[in-house]
Amino acid sequence: MAILDILTIPDERLKQASEPVTLFDAGLRSFIADLEQTRQAGPAAVGIAAPQAGRSQRIVIVDVSGRPKTANHGYMVLVNPEIIRWEGFELGREGCLSVPDYTGNVIRAERIELSAQDPDGQFHEYAMEGFEARAVQHEVDHLDGLLFLDRLVSRRTDLFRRKIYQKGIQRKEKGGT
Amino acid sequence: MLTLVGEDRPGIVAAVTDCLYREGWSLGEASMIRLGGNFTIMMMVTSAAGAQALERVLRPLADAMDLRLHVDAIGGGLHRHLVPNIQVRVTGADRAGIVAKVTGALAQAGFNILELESDVAGVEDNPVYIMNIQGYAEQTVEALQAAVDGLNEPDIDVSVSAVDTLIG
Ligand SMILES: [Zn+2]
Repeated sequence: MAILDILTIPDERLKQASEPVTLFDAGLRSFIADLEQTRQAGPAAVGIAAPQAGRSQRIVIVDVSGRPKTANHGYMVLVNPEIIRWEGFELGREGCLSVPDYTGNVIRAERIELSAQDPDGQFHEYAMEGFEARAVQHEVDHLDGLLFLDRLVSRRTDLFRRKIYQKGIQRKEKGGT
Repeated sequence: MLTLVGEDRPGIVAAVTDCLYREGWSLGEASMIRLGGNFTIMMMVTSAAGAQALERVLRPLADAMDLRLHVDAIGGGLHRHLVPNIQVRVTGADRAGIVAKVTGALAQAGFNILELESDVAGVEDNPVYIMNIQGYAEQTVEALQAAVDGLNEPDIDVSVSAVDTLIG
């Protein structure tokens, strides 16, 4: 096992779309072990994508189980993941191993469904929400050559304002004023 | 630290940054926003030349665009970001004192404000003050919520939540 070098911006390779995995062999499994070790060696990352380690293949790891009070599927290796359903949207703050010293706000779907293969090539489907769904969307973006920087929004967005404002109104109505 | 404020008009950012670029200044962190018809710029800039040189460089442009210009030599630098871990949202009747009360309670509870945005929404005869604060505190969300609940202001709605920054 080895800790891999993480590509950081402005490395052009982070902008490339990755290729599907077709060979489910020992080499793949050994790379996945290295990728996981690399994730754990970094600063508290809940996910990592193969292209971040310079391998342009559709492989991501997500594990949000270390975070308190968070629905999760534990340690997940997603090979050739496809998000097949999106629902709702939510603003949240993100950072990235490949973007040192910067965090920003990004809108993601609240709930997603996805299909993916495991390291042996078996197909699985997952339904997830919240933080875990956010992590998967962040990692799958890497496979398409996208960083959270490509999705940054200001906190002064309509979405956010409207939500706060509606909350205030509803409460007022409940209070009967 | 460069501060420019003036009546908003198209082209302020382009003109200021072009002037800095041509004179060899590098841009750092910046906040630029329109507030009530004015455009405000606060920007960290660096170059081998000093604060006085910067003022000389920008003075003609500031005068031509009717911008108030202020330059301070500061000791700060890049890569000193603090990541907020707590978010506070405030909505309430638009009246004086709301900001002071809430931020006072938060400061006393050990909350350090990193960013504050506020605005007035609602209709003209029933304005609603909206404030969104991001900051850092060692205290728990519950402790901070208790601190603002202690204000006991029925027409101010304050909610404290964790900012969970996803790293991936
Ligand atoms: Zn990332």
